[in-house]
Amino acid sequence: MTTLDISDRTALAGQHSATRATRLDRLNPVTRFLLLVLAALPVIISLDWLSAAVMFVGTVLILRACGVPVRRLARRLRPVLLVAPLAAVSMALYGKPGGEVYWHWGLIWVTQRSVTMAIAVVVRILALGVAAVELLGGLDLTATADGLAQICRLPARFVLGALAGLRLAGLFVDDWRTLAQARRARGLGDSGRLRRFATMAFALLVFAIRRGTKLATAMEARGFSSQTAGRRTWARVSRLGLPDAIGWVITAALAALAIGSSLYFGTFSLVTR
Amino acid sequence: MTEAAAVLAQDWGWRYAGRTRWATRRISFSIGTGERVLLLGGSGAGKSTLLSAVNGILGGADEGEEEGQLLVDGRHPSRLHGRVGLVMQDPSSQVILERIGDDVAFGCENLGVPREQIWPRVRAALDAVRLDLPLDHPTSALSGGQQQRLAIAGALAMQDGEDRAPGVLCLDEPTANLDPTGVREVREVISSVVADRRTTLIVVEHRVRIWAELVDRVIVLASGGGLLADGTPSEVFAAHHDELVRAGAWVPGAHSDLRRRRVPSTPPPAILSARDLAIGREPAHLVTSGVRTQIPEGLSTAITGPNGVGKTTLALTLAGLLEPLAGQVEAAASLRPARPARLARNLRRRFDPARPNTWPSRELLTRIGSVFQNPEHQFVEARVRDELAVGLRALGRSHDECARRVDELLAQLHLEQVADANPFTLSGGEKRRLSVGTVLATGPAVIFLDEPTFGQDHNTWTDLVSLITRILEQGCTIVSVTHDEAYLRLLGENIVAMEPAA
Repeated sequence: MTTLDISDRTALAGQHSATRATRLDRLNPVTRFLLLVLAALPVIISLDWLSAAVMFVGTVLILRACGVPVRRLARRLRPVLLVAPLAAVSMALYGKPGGEVYWHWGLIWVTQRSVTMAIAVVVRILALGVAAVELLGGLDLTATADGLAQICRLPARFVLGALAGLRLAGLFVDDWRTLAQARRARGLGDSGRLRRFATMAFALLVFAIRRGTKLATAMEARGFSSQTAGRRTWARVSRLGLPDAIGWVITAALAALAIGSSLYFGTFSLVTR
Repeated sequence: MTEAAAVLAQDWGWRYAGRTRWATRRISFSIGTGERVLLLGGSGAGKSTLLSAVNGILGGADEGEEEGQLLVDGRHPSRLHGRVGLVMQDPSSQVILERIGDDVAFGCENLGVPREQIWPRVRAALDAVRLDLPLDHPTSALSGGQQQRLAIAGALAMQDGEDRAPGVLCLDEPTANLDPTGVREVREVISSVVADRRTTLIVVEHRVRIWAELVDRVIVLASGGGLLADGTPSEVFAAHHDELVRAGAWVPGAHSDLRRRRVPSTPPPAILSARDLAIGREPAHLVTSGVRTQIPEGLSTAITGPNGVGKTTLALTLAGLLEPLAGQVEAAASLRPARPARLARNLRRRFDPARPNTWPSRELLTRIGSVFQNPEHQFVEARVRDELAVGLRALGRSHDECARRVDELLAQLHLEQVADANPFTLSGGEKRRLSVGTVLATGPAVIFLDEPTFGQDHNTWTDLVSLITRILEQGCTIVSVTHDEAYLRLLGENIVAMEPAA
């Protein structure tokens, strides 16, 4: 009999790296969505660098004050940092020309105006990104569904159906991996990538429908139906409270400061221009 | 309330909309409060339909046609909310929410139970199924047995109203997908839940032995309508032994004439060996490391261990389908492919004849075959016949040779009847045989089987085990991931036992 010699075991536990609690967690998920909209407003309506810079610096300071660790912020911001320079380069090369011309080749005009706009684009993406990654990152799906149903009064069937369906997404990732391994096992792994993709997509669809049907039956067996959706109760309360009000006031103040300072210093540039 | 029957059927039948055949009909029985019933019948006899009906989820007139009467506590089941609980076969597709407390509360919310009553009910239900975990414990971190107990808790929480009306608990093959520990857990929990004789139990299960001691009555549905038998377990098993075996039930005393093979006393040389192996589905998810094992040529090796210990991951890694995270799997000299002449550059560069995971996919076909746990993951064609030819065509065999080999396989696997059907439409046993056949087609030296006997009834199980024995007789090496004890007794010639981390 062969024995299996296993040393140095690593358990699967601790896979979900614990995210540190911050003051942001006291906000209702609905508030977090709306605060993101509010924080995005100045960045979207004005194209200038100053309002974006005020928003960026202000947001980072507020997040720090809420207890968000710098390291986590940097980690979550990494994809944004990769995208921002790409947008900036295209803006510098092809943006609306104006002012002094630094360099010119074919369609490319690098001018004072396009470079200023490129810098503004980087700052705007950062300002939007930093607010988005922290407000939406680590959002609790169940609490979000509670908020959408209880505060926004979205239909319970829709919200809970979507919530339960999202849980299945993880299973589809596993399915896809297994499908790919099965293709290799069957001698189809070397060529015909398009056809392979098509058969995998079809199989995944079959699995999705089947799992969805089973889940729907399980939900129905627990009394979830159109007749009961109207008078269902909620085990978890979702309401707006003082932390949400504070969040609103602080974000509105920051947005006003950003727009105000760009108006005061004359850098304000409406998006329609 | 009078001593009314908990569940009463009078000439009941159901036909799904758009079907000409009745799913089941002419069903009559009366089950008393607190009775424990085992429901048997061949596949297609309508067991699941009957359970859905008792649960009140078959739907209205637009879903199908009902005849006769089926009443729970004297009322039509669709009017009862929460009195009847249902636990199904697949643990992962019954979990509804992310955290266990919320999942159990889900049913209470749907019934409109006031919030302040929900949480005490949730705690009581979790206690009853002995899930001693915090309410915010993630449901994804539960084992299969724990997930089934969670589903039971969800059903119990719905029944636990202030009137404490006795409930009905329906279980549809609740242990078919579980390892022996999970089976034991679920069985013990159900025994304690029904101990007070207030809860009526109806359980569908092929593996009769699990429930034989707990139930006091066995009802057998005949295929084509009506009841084949209704009585105490000992009466029914004695009087209808042969019919039950034919219907695929694992009746006590049912045994096959399969025998364990005679194997050489000295172990044969290894065809695959692994040392210092670290395995995982992806680098970030290391399952276990420092694995050392050998697969002896020509024997049937079984990889065993509890759910989640990494049996499938080890099998995939040994079979060359998953890259080892560290260490390597080494193929014996006899198994190694020659350097292929025509090969894409990226494949050529990583090719190493000793390491199966670097072989091109085509080279695996005649060397290492893999049968996945869910046969459907492997199907790529729209007809059974084409499905069997896939590997042969990838090897560039002639049209005539493919046709001849496919015909042989169809006969060997008893699949001639369904040769032109879509693989996805086959029955469970046929799908399993087809997935084994697709691997046999190209004659690999080693065959990996992941949980080959999962969810099989007694007949398909016997078919499969004798097929595997025949393959072994032809000199093939077999490696199975399994926790089926009967399978291990016959085919556990060499055991690789994986143990959970301390």
